[in-house]
Amino acid sequence: MTQMVLAPTPDDAAQETSKQSPVRWALQQARSNPGAVVGAVVFTALMVLAFASPWLAPYNPDESFSNGYQAPSTAHWLGLDDGGNDILSQLMFGTRTSLLVGFGASFLAIAIGVVLGLAAGYWGRRTDAGISSVTDFFLVIPEVPLMMVIAAVWGQGLWKMTLIIGILLWTWTVRVIRAQVMSVKERVYVRRSRALGGTDWWIITRHVLPQVAPLIIVNFVLTVAVAIFDESALSFLGLGDPRVISLGRILDNANQGGAATLGAWWALIPAGAVIAILILSLTLMGQAVEDALNPRLKVSYLSRKHFLLIPNRRSNVPDPTPTELTRSEAA
Amino acid sequence: MSRSDWLFRRLVRALVTTFVIVTFNFFLFRVMPGDAVSNLSRIPHATPQLKAEIAAQFGLDQPVWHQYISYLQQLAQGNLGLSYQDQQSVVSNLWQAITHSVPMVALGTVLSVVFGIASGLWAAWRRGTVQEKLSTSSAMFFYSLPTQFLGMILILIFVGWLGWFPSGGTGNEFDFLNDPSSADQMASGLRAMFLPALTLALILYGQYTLIVRSGLLETLGEDYILTAKAKGLSDRRIMMKHAFRNGMLPVVTLVALSFGFIAAGTILIEDVFSYPGLGLLLADAIRARDYPLLQGAFLLITICVIVANLLADLLYFRLDPRITT
Repeated sequence: MTQMVLAPTPDDAAQETSKQSPVRWALQQARSNPGAVVGAVVFTALMVLAFASPWLAPYNPDESFSNGYQAPSTAHWLGLDDGGNDILSQLMFGTRTSLLVGFGASFLAIAIGVVLGLAAGYWGRRTDAGISSVTDFFLVIPEVPLMMVIAAVWGQGLWKMTLIIGILLWTWTVRVIRAQVMSVKERVYVRRSRALGGTDWWIITRHVLPQVAPLIIVNFVLTVAVAIFDESALSFLGLGDPRVISLGRILDNANQGGAATLGAWWALIPAGAVIAILILSLTLMGQAVEDALNPRLKVSYLSRKHFLLIPNRRSNVPDPTPTELTRSEAA
Repeated sequence: MSRSDWLFRRLVRALVTTFVIVTFNFFLFRVMPGDAVSNLSRIPHATPQLKAEIAAQFGLDQPVWHQYISYLQQLAQGNLGLSYQDQQSVVSNLWQAITHSVPMVALGTVLSVVFGIASGLWAAWRRGTVQEKLSTSSAMFFYSLPTQFLGMILILIFVGWLGWFPSGGTGNEFDFLNDPSSADQMASGLRAMFLPALTLALILYGQYTLIVRSGLLETLGEDYILTAKAKGLSDRRIMMKHAFRNGMLPVVTLVALSFGFIAAGTILIEDVFSYPGLGLLLADAIRARDYPLLQGAFLLITICVIVANLLADLLYFRLDPRITT
């Protein structure tokens, strides 16, 4: 309420234009983007299928029905792999494993990234210098080969793999959060809160975190996608848990069994397609929020119809900054 | 800070990163429990003399600190131990593999950069039209495919169904590296690396298109584009002279950041195609738990990525005269 007492500044004007919380504003933007809605629906459907696999899967994924590849039939909708296992059942259980690894690793990565990013952006100076140089170091290291080497030395297991992936995926989040926190902490209302005696904890939880929350969500969603990719890469080299089926292991089995040269497309395409659909839906959801958060992408002076504020579908939402308003007036 | 300071800092940072990786590489394989991982002389089926020789070279009976010094000394002389699998030196294994990998990765990367820039530029220029939708959705499609999956799909189509490429190699596809003048050998070499390079190119193409598009879109919203428009310059001139040149700067950085992705992609692609490069070497070393070779391959891959990053920094330096920090 401090804003009411003190004289308004341009910064406050920017706040007034979008009265709702940033999270709600971002969600509203996302809702106006049909790609994100399709992504969310498809992703939810896959998640339900995957986590209901113990009840819905037609067979036990480890049960063998033949000695080699068998094309899809009415008994086995997606056919059998070279070990005679039902691919549809493997796919459902495998998706569950991949999602668990993806969410677990992303949760860990985002937790590390948010803590480091907040610390670096909020306290600055030496904290920032230390955290940033470590982040820069990890940005250069090829993370997937590093994961492979650590997994090869440390040993196999689902939890180990989740941990290895999560521990190496935080670099991008630190950078993004740090930059945002640095700009938020200099805003007038944050400075006022501090002048009125707000503690670091109060300012971070009440003013900074709500402002970076949409970014955290975007990064979480996009990191889940990367983690699912990485799981499939690690499992492909036999670094996954050999007792647990995952999407990466189905692809590994297909490669080891020579499915591609034998023309056994059913052993190969479903698992790859499920990974692709997961990645696509996660990316669509993440990007919708990201686009909504980046007002610079709204204006293009060199489009088919010059000086048109595109895309039009967003015009029902108030513009977040005064500069955007002047630009649309110019049009 | 002056421009030469900036350059110097980048160089120092690359050297420090390399050193940290070398050290990390040593300790990762030493702190792990079990003699099999930590002991370079644990070569299966090796004669006692050979084992004793390796143990002496790397000071394996000494405390860890001494071992670290011996490791650095041996590394400086180009000795990374012997591979468990063929008892040949790790360095000779690596050298042969990297000569196979470099042309394939270069071909794939160049193809993807050219197509990525062209299609990203097209998408930004034709914003809000069907052309943009076409360009971005094909990019998203390739972006979302797992690398190893795309490789297997290409094998399924071109080897399994169409039969355009043989499923196994003849073993002398890489003779052109010794004799680049022979057209026949060049053709067989290109044939061997075509599908792996195409996989890499398609995977990267999606990423680059999206990066170039959003980079250009940000630039097209700048005020100087509006000014150029007001001056009555043609769209083509604005795009190529004003937007493209500035929009490419962040692209250089983002392409540099994708070198780690290229390294990971190369491992998976070479594994799928049994292409005898550095990536297949690493994948085989993982499967056979050939620790000396694994250590060496990881070190070389990481150094390649660091060097590629440094080169990208130099390019950025050349492109952007404003650089000071």
